[in-house]
Amino acid sequence: MTTTTDTPRSTAKISVQGVRRTFELRNEEFVALESVSLDIADNEFVTVVGPSGCGKSTLMNILAGLDEPTAGHARVDGRDVSGPGPERGVIFQQYALFPWLTVRKNIEFGLKVAGLGKAERRERAEHFIRLVGLEQFADALPKMLSGGMKQRCAIARAYAVDPSILLMDEPFGALDALTRVKLQEQLLETWSREKRTVMFITHDVDEAVFLANRVVVMAARPGRIYDVIDVDLPYPRTEEVRLSPEFAELRNRVWTSVYHQTPGTAADASTTPTA
Amino acid sequence: MTTPTPSMARNGPGAGSGSVAAGSAAPLVRGTAASDGGTAPSAPGPSRRRSTDRRTKLRLLNAVSIVGGIAIWWAMSLAGLQFPTPPEVVSKAVELWQDGVLQRDVLASLGRVLTGFLIGSAAAIPVGFLMGWYTVARGLFEPWIQFFRTIPPLALLPLVLVLMGIGELPKVFVIFLAAFLACVISTYQGVVGVDKTLINAARVLGAKDGRIFLRVVVPASTPFILVGMRVGLGSAWATLVAAELLAAQAGLGYRMQQAQLYYDIATIFVGIVAIGVLGLVMDRLLLLAETRLTGWQERR
Repeated sequence: MTTTTDTPRSTAKISVQGVRRTFELRNEEFVALESVSLDIADNEFVTVVGPSGCGKSTLMNILAGLDEPTAGHARVDGRDVSGPGPERGVIFQQYALFPWLTVRKNIEFGLKVAGLGKAERRERAEHFIRLVGLEQFADALPKMLSGGMKQRCAIARAYAVDPSILLMDEPFGALDALTRVKLQEQLLETWSREKRTVMFITHDVDEAVFLANRVVVMAARPGRIYDVIDVDLPYPRTEEVRLSPEFAELRNRVWTSVYHQTPGTAADASTTPTA
Repeated sequence: MTTPTPSMARNGPGAGSGSVAAGSAAPLVRGTAASDGGTAPSAPGPSRRRSTDRRTKLRLLNAVSIVGGIAIWWAMSLAGLQFPTPPEVVSKAVELWQDGVLQRDVLASLGRVLTGFLIGSAAAIPVGFLMGWYTVARGLFEPWIQFFRTIPPLALLPLVLVLMGIGELPKVFVIFLAAFLACVISTYQGVVGVDKTLINAARVLGAKDGRIFLRVVVPASTPFILVGMRVGLGSAWATLVAAELLAAQAGLGYRMQQAQLYYDIATIFVGIVAIGVLGLVMDRLLLLAETRLTGWQERR
């Protein structure tokens, strides 16, 4: 493993090397992540799927700078992650919109932090409001929005500060199936227009395959990378792609990998694919 | 977030019929605010119709209850209880007003309550924030606040009178203490309870501590501060009247105390009604501020 560290790091946007994260649980050590290595290339869309307790959210928090690894390295653009930064946008499952701010003001929040002037904030916010189709609700408070609309607002807010990386923690997990599919398609459309490196966490196998260049399957106890599956389906991913036999085949592979895991196996994902 | 409301109605200033009205009206205002706020493009008709129907029904019941209560009071005084009848109380109030006594008492009491309450809240909010945000401040303040919270401010009055004399200062001070203690705990709990994901959301958008405090923690704890202020106002009134009973030359409590000496029950009634009405008006004003400032909350 040590021999591979130098070569991929130069090309990888995100590089996770031998990350271990343990928690103290009633005087017992709980291993949330065990020697996790993963490289994500620039503009790659990687989904992470796995059973609950496999540490996928912990991995995301480490990359977001909200948590720190006990051992190992998490690097972005070749630099060790320390604390959150505007180059990494995060989208939470619980939307995390500021309930006292309108949609527009929520989207402007990060721009204000970045020190943009009023006119420029307005303009950028307007652009992203249109991008996620919330024009009619620009001046509405979050309490008036449906779950799907809230998440679209959160996506716009993350996009607005122009991060090169988007970290998404089960963003569609709380939504109904129809809204989910719609938002998946919208997300891919947004992504194809404004390319970003995306790490998307989900527990939905269909979602994982539909969105990704590459699916990372994790296993629990200890949390580790179990399998990495390349998804060589063309973009844009239309309904035909979703209903194609190739999609079904990949879906079955990922499904088997998630639900029929043989204990004790681990995969190393720290080799960037030639996508 | 709405859980503290019921206890507040109980602690509210207008004990008796006033608190009944406060308790029933508070959720009502909330309910309509929420349904008015929802854009709900589909079929707003029937549900809004329903809620206005229910509101008029409640208003009607309120009116019936008030009229009925006064009728019972009247009947009791006619039946030989030593109560003045409602007209007697009204004419007493008019008489006191014409003598200029009622105005002077109301102004004296109101001045004390407002001074103590405003200083108390103004001090409680920063202290509550410090306690919620900095472990050091929490560690230093908490034992004292918890200790004094268990003592009714009035129990300190003898000591305060000895130390501060019998002027305005001791009365304002105990009212200050009552308002401060109620508000500081609530503010502190509001700050501690701020949703961690909101703080994380601000952090990942690049916000540093100062901005997170001003733009996330302060607005998120505003509902708690306002609840604390309402509770504080209630205990400020309670403390005021008792303080005036003990040591004052003017004020509603003092007037009632004097009336007691002369067996002037009508004046006592005027005092009770005046305190109830003033407390209720101030509570409504705070409630108005609450619906204005915290209308963004999602309510079920």
